[in-house]
Amino acid sequence: MPHDDHDHPHALLPPEPALRVKALETILTRKGLIDPAALDEIIDTYQNKIGPQNGAHVVARAWSDPAFKAALLEDATSVVADLGYYGRQGEHMVVVENTPEQHNMVVCTLCSCYPWPLLGIPPGWYKSDAYRARAVREPRKVLAEFGVTLPKNTAVRVWDSTAEIRYLVLPMRPEGADGLSEDELAALVTRDSMIGTGLPKEPS
Amino acid sequence: MTRVHDMGGRFGDGPINPEPEDAAVFAEDWHGRALAVTLAAGFLGQWNIDVSRHARERLSPKDYAQFSYYEKWISGLADLLVEKGVLSLDDLRGVAVEHTHPLAARVLKADAVASALAKGGPADRLSNTAAQFKPGQTVRTLRPTANRLVDGGHTRLPIYATGATGRILRLHGSHVLPDSNAHGLGEAPEPLYAVVFQASELWAEPEHPADEVVLDLWQSYLEPA
Repeated sequence: MPHDDHDHPHALLPPEPALRVKALETILTRKGLIDPAALDEIIDTYQNKIGPQNGAHVVARAWSDPAFKAALLEDATSVVADLGYYGRQGEHMVVVENTPEQHNMVVCTLCSCYPWPLLGIPPGWYKSDAYRARAVREPRKVLAEFGVTLPKNTAVRVWDSTAEIRYLVLPMRPEGADGLSEDELAALVTRDSMIGTGLPKEPS
Repeated sequence: MTRVHDMGGRFGDGPINPEPEDAAVFAEDWHGRALAVTLAAGFLGQWNIDVSRHARERLSPKDYAQFSYYEKWISGLADLLVEKGVLSLDDLRGVAVEHTHPLAARVLKADAVASALAKGGPADRLSNTAAQFKPGQTVRTLRPTANRLVDGGHTRLPIYATGATGRILRLHGSHVLPDSNAHGLGEAPEPLYAVVFQASELWAEPEHPADEVVLDLWQSYLEPA
């Protein structure tokens, strides 16, 4: 059985995915349409420079500074841009706050929209059919698979990123984190806690 | 109807099996390469983000279901490069005569990557369309969900939220309309809202009576309820 629908041009490329990418890269490079060194730079950016540590910095600041938190919830785009977090897939940021009454969780059912400047490239599970299909209909079963059980009286609000607005969850500050520095607080912030599928670590 | 990518609420996908937080950003080297080739090709300026999303959505349902994530990206990109006349079918076959490409002057160089990624591409625009709804107001989404400009075209109202009654949570300002922008019909900016729906409005068996789903929806997807 053919791997591809042969009505589409991509079927002319090698079927094996790594070879398919390599073939297209080679064609485009020979024509001068891409520069392999630029590809290395893009990969290095998202592998090593931009990642969840950016979001953790924002969350830790919000936990330590009430005025910052108020401004963040009011206009996240400009507040995080002031910290240097702006760019592709983070042009319009909204931060949503978890409370004892409401837990927030983010998904993109139609593709894989995600706040790149604050969290980097989304993990595999975020882009999976299972997460995209299930997060909106059964968020509590999904949370259970991440080891999270919410109190009975906490409502779940799932944000489906259907436009260019990118959502970041502001998790609740863990108990017992008084007196911690901003860096120590940032170390408690997990990536999944900013997507809403996890909770921050407890201070040791 | 929309297309195969519109899977919100679907049954049968099984467990999620999340990988640990410290898993590699790119599980395979070619994943990073696929992402980078796609981004770099985008900087040739021959399409916008709505066009590239639609290219992935137009993979045949069989391909879409079988392909892994970055296979969808690279295959959608190959289709788009041919459709936009950047490459020919013979180029993909590897039998084309090499010559300097007219778009080569636009190639993204390594020293321009950081600024290009940092610059982003905002989607908010000034619009002549006034906001018709206010926060707190009740609205209903169109039914059936469909691109009203191009039959079978790109749209961002998922099928699970079609014909549903919700409440305006916030106005995001006016944003480029994907239904138009994905098809070369102009940006057609209009007001964009976060609309909140009770889970019971969307699902036969909601998990909890207080649960909600929020979607970002353009004004033309909505009518007063």
